[in-house]
Amino acid sequence: MNEFLLNTLDATLRYSTPLIFASMAGLFSERSGVVDIGLEGKMLIAAFISAAAASVFGSPWIGLGAAILASSIFAMIHGFATITHKGNQIVSGVAINIMASGLTMVLGLAWFKQGGQTPALANDERFLSITLPGVDIIDYIPILGDIYRELISGHNILVYLALLIVPLVWWVVNRTRFGLRLRAVGENPKAVDTAGLSVERLRYKALLIGGILCGIGGAYIATAHNAQFTKEMTAGAGFIALAALIFGKWRPYTVLSACFLFSFLKALEDRLQSVIIPGIGEVPVQFIEATPYLLTVILLAGFIGRAIPPKAVGEPYIKEL
Amino acid sequence: MTRDTRLAWINGLMLPLLNVLTAFAAIAIVFVFINVDPIEAAKIVIHGTLGYEEGVGYTLYYATNFVFTGLAVAVAFHAGLFNIGGEGQAYVGGLGVALAVLAFDPSISPWVVIPASIMGSLLFGALWAIVPGYLQAYRGSHIVITTIMFNFIASALMVYMCVHVLREVGQMNPQSKMFPETAWLPFIHDIFAGIGYKIAPSPLNLSIVLALLFSLLVWIFLWHTRWGYAIRATGKNTTAAVYGGIKPKKVIILTMCISGALAGLVAVNELLGYQHRLMLDFQYGYGFGGIAVALMGRNHPAGILVAALLFGMLYQGGMELAFELPNVSRHIVVVMQGLVILFCGALEYIYKPRLVRFLAPIEASE
Repeated sequence: MNEFLLNTLDATLRYSTPLIFASMAGLFSERSGVVDIGLEGKMLIAAFISAAAASVFGSPWIGLGAAILASSIFAMIHGFATITHKGNQIVSGVAINIMASGLTMVLGLAWFKQGGQTPALANDERFLSITLPGVDIIDYIPILGDIYRELISGHNILVYLALLIVPLVWWVVNRTRFGLRLRAVGENPKAVDTAGLSVERLRYKALLIGGILCGIGGAYIATAHNAQFTKEMTAGAGFIALAALIFGKWRPYTVLSACFLFSFLKALEDRLQSVIIPGIGEVPVQFIEATPYLLTVILLAGFIGRAIPPKAVGEPYIKEL
Repeated sequence: MTRDTRLAWINGLMLPLLNVLTAFAAIAIVFVFINVDPIEAAKIVIHGTLGYEEGVGYTLYYATNFVFTGLAVAVAFHAGLFNIGGEGQAYVGGLGVALAVLAFDPSISPWVVIPASIMGSLLFGALWAIVPGYLQAYRGSHIVITTIMFNFIASALMVYMCVHVLREVGQMNPQSKMFPETAWLPFIHDIFAGIGYKIAPSPLNLSIVLALLFSLLVWIFLWHTRWGYAIRATGKNTTAAVYGGIKPKKVIILTMCISGALAGLVAVNELLGYQHRLMLDFQYGYGFGGIAVALMGRNHPAGILVAALLFGMLYQGGMELAFELPNVSRHIVVVMQGLVILFCGALEYIYKPRLVRFLAPIEASE
């Protein structure tokens, strides 16, 4: 089996994990009618807190819990501003991102005195790769053995969790009572209100789920994919997730495909760094880097299909008196 | 005082003041959290920004950037548009500056090179904003999302330009060669020295005059021209604007054009004024800072000048704090920006019901 392809796909899976968590978080929030451009900020604060807590308490699970808590607090700030006080959802999202960016650097320096980084995590303080059962048996089968050993086995638990969460999100959104109400509140909050349900409570719930998911995504970045927190380490993953959410038209499986596509590009970009193609010269990796954003813009412009957001997204719901 | 003027006072002055005070209270809590006495921190900030000439120079130099991006965000706000692409527009504005400067022979007069490169920053900044504007107006794609995407595209483009196209031959650093001295905007301390006053050198340059000039121009444009009226009308009520013969699509494109051009001017202050070469991330943070400045300045040029000065102080003060207290990161100013955006923007009306309730008995007794 082609080693280059296997390695690239393997990296794709690792890059896609935080994108999946964040875009599913955005999916809940936006399907409920609240724009969430604060995915980046929530993942960043979660990444920082997870690494800090894992390092201090010596357990990645405590790190994960703390990350979920921190990210959820930020989600609730967003809710307080946009749901309770009917503030502008974009402005609030920008505030979340900037506060997270500043706080991680300020607290990082004050707590650990390492220029804003957290101490490097030892192996028992982070999520390690796990080998799935049966690797040595399936290994005897050609091709399939390689795929199982290299691609499917040998990731950490959060990667598998991300892959499991997508069908769960699909089921919750499309097959449960809560999901029906969630979609209704994002399309026509007045109808939901008339039916006697609280628009505010539904939106708060959606944001809380988003906060939890971003928390896991952030913890993955700092305590699984890497072994410490470094400044601005989410590096735009939250915005790529937002792009994937739009590119996937706010539907779980299409969003998942967009996450895979964008992470594949990222994995490819890493591998083509300073590779010289005869006749063309050095590959301009910056173009690959810009592709997810370009694709999203082109899609939004309606040149390749149409991305129609939930109808009530962005509008605070004001109950008539 | 009539009820209307009272409401105008509440909305225009008291609420913003309360919101800013809340943001300051919140930052004080952050200071206590990291074991720094907020009073001592405030003293360091004030001394570091107003206490000596060099500090004042740096403060005004940072404030200049915030004026440009603050105006950029404010103009867009008046049309009901949220331009969060100031970061990318400022960045690409730098490309305009560099291309213009490097296109001229070093022997050509500054009177040609400098205006041409300022035009370059305006033009490239506008170009980077006009695409999202067009897509919003004619293709219905949301300006917030497209401007976010354009920030990242700008970043990739600029890395490409700095690494592959404009990098000085034989140099490792991804930056352009030094601009010839004919393209340098004069430093304020040099101008003062020229007329016989000696002040401490700082990066403060002639761009600050440009910032004041553009504040005035934006004020005239928004409140005293037909186009400014069209922009404000579209922002207040698009349906009514259409009824009055205004074409919102054209207004969107014009607004974004102006907004992007203003953001592009950051490159003039940074590159022509101080760095004298194109480098990576020279605009870092000013685009987003502009959002805080515009929100705090209530989208009015006068308010923006005050807010930009405050943020210039915080920026310079943050550096001083980091220097004086090893435990404090200079990025404390970023937290402050976030808090200002939260309290002056998203939670803008948090005190309004309380304030109205508080004033009601006074009103009744009159």
